[in-house]
Amino acid sequence: MSNGMKTLTNGILKENPTFALVLGMCPTLATTTSAINGMSMGLATLFVLVCSNVVISLLKNLIPDKVRIPAFIVVIATFVTLVQLLMQAYLPAIYDVLGLFIPLIVVNCIVLGRAEAFAAKNSVGLSALDGIGMGLGFTLSLTVIGAIRELLGTGAIFGLSVYSDHYASLIFVLAPGAFICLAYLMAVMNKIVKK
Amino acid sequence: MEYFLIFIAAIFVNNIVLSQFLGICPFLGVSKKIDTALGMSAAVTFVLVLATVVTYLLQKLLILWHVEFLQTILFILVIAALVQMIEIILKKVSPSLYQALGVFLPLITTNCCILGVAIIVADPAQLMQKLPGGGVLIPNLLTGTLYAFATAIGFALALILFAGIREQLALAKVPEAMKGTPIALLTAGLLAMAFMGFSGVV
Repeated sequence: MSNGMKTLTNGILKENPTFALVLGMCPTLATTTSAINGMSMGLATLFVLVCSNVVISLLKNLIPDKVRIPAFIVVIATFVTLVQLLMQAYLPAIYDVLGLFIPLIVVNCIVLGRAEAFAAKNSVGLSALDGIGMGLGFTLSLTVIGAIRELLGTGAIFGLSVYSDHYASLIFVLAPGAFICLAYLMAVMNKIVKK
Repeated sequence: MEYFLIFIAAIFVNNIVLSQFLGICPFLGVSKKIDTALGMSAAVTFVLVLATVVTYLLQKLLILWHVEFLQTILFILVIAALVQMIEIILKKVSPSLYQALGVFLPLITTNCCILGVAIIVADPAQLMQKLPGGGVLIPNLLTGTLYAFATAIGFALALILFAGIREQLALAKVPEAMKGTPIALLTAGLLAMAFMGFSGVV
């Protein structure tokens, strides 16, 4: 059980996909214009990550070594299409905001990276836990970045106004703010980890 | 004239890396030297234009057979196969070009700007939004291909500019916590801010 616990918490802090592994930068920068957008993107990735980890772990003995990467990509793309269709049907507002970045989960390095590095070598249960841990780590960082950008850019968190948007600087919702916000968050994380 | 505007819009106003956030991984990964940045840019331009043409035609088939939901799976497989094919052909036909682009080609499959642009061009409604000129240009294979080519040039411009800055940055004294990715991201942020100056030009 302690092994499972370690796998689960590994992705949240020690090997956080965004801050420690620096993977999946495109959705991290593009979809964090608000806390809710960041969280939705994180949860969509979490779903794909868990499902593909489980399926790849189940199939690991059936897939020949030489064609494993294309096979993994097909499994991942299947679940991405599933998420895409489900979101289009039940959450059309969020689907419109995230748009292009939902199909682009296929080329998110985290998903393929975990398939190759973890799911292809470990049992189904552990792979599922790893998927949940990594997915939660990703969701957490995206929500935090989204919340900070929303607070600085519009004066609100999760749509609830904290201070007047007269004092907010719109630049944090726009493209440069994404880079700058992530840069400083990473520097703070480096400082904490070093200590 | 409108065709020229496609280039201005895709290179400066809506730069693929600095305002659309596609292709950030190679942008951060292979931007430490100008030489590698040039190689990567050439490889991306090559694959992006070819992949866009192929996926555009593939999308027509998907619509014909009413299997549009297979788009994501088929596009990524086609791009992966195309990259493999280009690698094999280049090795035979032009070993010198293969030497220059070879290392970058396998990395391109997971470059999200290839799949991203392919999906945009395949959907007339999304391509229409990207085309300047107030409805003069209609989404078709020609404008789609031009858009893809212009996007690739924009990617190349951002990557090479960034590599030039990072070469200088390597000599600068950077605070301990900011070393590596944070300072690179901060530089990219300033570059993105500079590119914001172009908004409204087209």
